[in-house]
Amino acid sequence: MSTVDDVDLGRRRFLTATATVVGGVGVAFVAVPFLSSWAPSERAQAAGAPVEADVSRLEEGALMTVEWRGRPIWLLKRSQRMLDDLPGLRDQLRDPDSAETAQQPPYAQNVHRSIRPELLVMIGICTHLGCSPTFRPEIAPADLGSYWRGGFFCPCHGSGFDLAGRVFRGVPAPLNMEVPPHRFLSDSLVLIGVDPESA
Amino acid sequence: MANTQGTTGLVGWIDERFPLTKTIREHLTEYYAPKNFNFWYYFGSLALLVLILQIVTGIWLTMNYKPSAEEAFASVEYIMRDVNWGWLIRYMHSTGASFFFLVVYLHMFRALLYGSYKKPRELLWLIGVVIFVVLMAEAFMGYLLPWGQMSYWGAQVIISLFGAIPGIGDSLTLWIRGDYVISDATLNRFFALHVIALPLVLVGLVFVHIVALHAVGSNNPDGVDIKKVKGPDGKPLDGIPFHPYYTVKDLVGVVVFLIFFSVVVFFAPEMGGFFLEHPNFEPADPMKTPEHIAPVWYFTPFYAILRAVPDKLGGVIAMGAAIVVLFFLPWLDRSPVRSIRYRGFAFKAALALFVVSFLILGYLGALPPSPGRTVLTQICTVIYFAFFAVLPILPWFEKTKPVPERVT
Repeated sequence: MSTVDDVDLGRRRFLTATATVVGGVGVAFVAVPFLSSWAPSERAQAAGAPVEADVSRLEEGALMTVEWRGRPIWLLKRSQRMLDDLPGLRDQLRDPDSAETAQQPPYAQNVHRSIRPELLVMIGICTHLGCSPTFRPEIAPADLGSYWRGGFFCPCHGSGFDLAGRVFRGVPAPLNMEVPPHRFLSDSLVLIGVDPESA
Repeated sequence: MANTQGTTGLVGWIDERFPLTKTIREHLTEYYAPKNFNFWYYFGSLALLVLILQIVTGIWLTMNYKPSAEEAFASVEYIMRDVNWGWLIRYMHSTGASFFFLVVYLHMFRALLYGSYKKPRELLWLIGVVIFVVLMAEAFMGYLLPWGQMSYWGAQVIISLFGAIPGIGDSLTLWIRGDYVISDATLNRFFALHVIALPLVLVGLVFVHIVALHAVGSNNPDGVDIKKVKGPDGKPLDGIPFHPYYTVKDLVGVVVFLIFFSVVVFFAPEMGGFFLEHPNFEPADPMKTPEHIAPVWYFTPFYAILRAVPDKLGGVIAMGAAIVVLFFLPWLDRSPVRSIRYRGFAFKAALALFVVSFLILGYLGALPPSPGRTVLTQICTVIYFAFFAVLPILPWFEKTKPVPERVT
């Protein structure tokens, strides 16, 4: 123990250090409510209730949009031609088999990424930076190139997706577009936000 | 009781209790700045002017603005149409944002020209770059407030950038937004940060920036140290008191600046869609992205770098690196010569290429992507980073001129 002018420096250092540590722990605890208050509130969490969509009047090749949790949900009724094109695109896709399990529920992990082959239900948000891509069903338009067999094109950063929401190679988006949990209540009624009862 | 400044009367009374005269002398009337400041030295004081302008007009805007997703867009229209002189105050604020960046970019370019970031001014430069980063956050958050289409989708894109961070990305974006999408919660917290938190930080940083400047003294177009040659009175022979010489000179700059500023405010407040983007005159619609998304012009160079990399994480890293690399500038540039006046052709060429690539990036970042443009963006991105990469090796083959002892 070193003492100068009757002051025990070791004791002073020890007390300073312990007071700093205890104070630091206090600051860390006080920080929790401030940081945590930024997380979604109870009301925001409760607002995610499922929504119904009536697809009875949806024509072949047409797209409709409903809102779920503040995001656009697309319902696309694909023609046989559109479905027939899907397997042939394999080589141009980053994840043709939908191997990324987080991007769709297991019952949509198939070549058409849907419960019923013709009806695609998908969150209309690009997996790159969250823009909503444009529906471009036409074949080989001038601006998208000759390989284009119809799909979704994101105007923000040029990411392309096929008509099953699978991402093409060489674009900024890393993942296929997300298929939300959904179930059929009847032939014409889809409930978005919950899985099928059997699943 | 006599005071050390030799003042009497009311000022003397204050000086016995507060360092009033001492501060004025140290920072104005007896602060010696190099006598050879040129055009490029206006932009520091102009940045201070714009900061004050933004704070004043901002305070007035909050008196009528409603930070809620329901009312925000309508309240801005209310300010524009019904509030007395509301249109002028709002246009001053929106134009001020663009001029802030214009002035700050020119201020930073001045530092590049004359090597103002070199020893002993490294910390001064670092504080400046922090101000630049905070200013970008301030501008980004302010742009969400009108709650137009570009506000909404621009914020969507920028917040999603954080989602590219592996592991914590998704929870981080959720935490920033406070909701599963950009919503009322996001708007409210951005309002709080834009009008209180970040302005406080900015003012504090600007204060520290000036304290650091006055500690090391101003650089000058010759890049020579005026403190080396002092007269018998201990004052630098090549220095002149900041007040009245530079306060008066800066006033001339202020007048010219205000002429340009007023022309924009009164005749082109939207600046053809570059200062206020057209899609932002439509209320935010979470269901529909505008045909083409571009940030406001002052972010486009960095946005172009983001788009240049065809990979989500890679793009975000490249964009972040483009800003972070600025922090390392004082240690990357190893030439002992500060001013471009005495540097060799190699540096002049590198700087010219850097500036041209930065301008092209800014232009391309405002346009929709296309394959040809992407290639050009990638070339310019490489040049941008190459400038910083060659700086350390430049002195090996750069032929510099002798630096004079005194300013010319």
